[in-house]
Amino acid sequence: MSSSKLDPMPRRPLPSQVVKDDEPVLVAAAKGGDVSAFETLVGRYERKIFRLTQNITQNREDAEDAMQEAFLNAYEHLQNFEGNSRFYTWLVRIAVNQALMKLRKRRPNVVSLDEEVDTGEDMVPRDVEDWGPSPADRYAQTELGDILAKTIGELDPSFRVVFQLRDIEELSTEETAEALGLTVPAVKSRLLRARLKLRQALNQYFHRGEHQ
Amino acid sequence: MKCKTIITELADYLDEALDPVLRTQIEEHLGKCKDCRVVVDTCKQTIEIFCNSEPAPLPPSTRMRLHEALAKRLRRVRA
Repeated sequence: MSSSKLDPMPRRPLPSQVVKDDEPVLVAAAKGGDVSAFETLVGRYERKIFRLTQNITQNREDAEDAMQEAFLNAYEHLQNFEGNSRFYTWLVRIAVNQALMKLRKRRPNVVSLDEEVDTGEDMVPRDVEDWGPSPADRYAQTELGDILAKTIGELDPSFRVVFQLRDIEELSTEETAEALGLTVPAVKSRLLRARLKLRQALNQYFHRGEHQ
Repeated sequence: MKCKTIITELADYLDEALDPVLRTQIEEHLGKCKDCRVVVDTCKQTIEIFCNSEPAPLPPSTRMRLHEALAKRLRRVRA
């Protein structure tokens, strides 16, 4: 194993901190009634928002409804967006709320974000097989997409939504906590659980014995 | 340092949110413990694989319904 493997995650700005040059201009134009500006924003983010609602709800119909409601709510409440965060971060929060409402409606007794998370001995991984370099490159893009969708779908919803916001949408820990109404330590404990469980789930696809 | 400490501090280690003293202790442990190195490395790869994955294009019917719903609402707002 090379020494670089001990390096932490490479430093890069969170997308929530990176404002595309024209985003404030588009938002301002949309606020002023320019429909095409809002449609440009929709076109820019529809794929990501659909993946978000799909990953949270795990149901195609609910995901589509939640995405639609998110964009419609965003348009209707655009005047309330004060520009303190990136527009996309604001949109993600709306979409998460819509998706969680759908999920809770379908599974009212299952979805609780604020249950205490066990941080006991069982967190220490048992399968510690090396994956080698670039394990994802061993799969075609669609096959990899199916693997990722399946593994994230098997996570408990309270872990799934935290991982989705923090590691896929790359919101900060504080933004994730605010969006979900959780404390920062609660986000951190769920994120750790989610990362470990996903690592464990992906191990069957990526360990060196596969696709060699 | 025990392997369990590496696990409990893993998220902050990967996010570079640890104080320097604890970080150094963890790196010393990683230098000696292959299992922990593999866990840290594969956990890091897990995040990167998800983070770098491109969202699939919207299914055409889904996209059509979204834009129809938007057009309908926008017409109503403007009326």
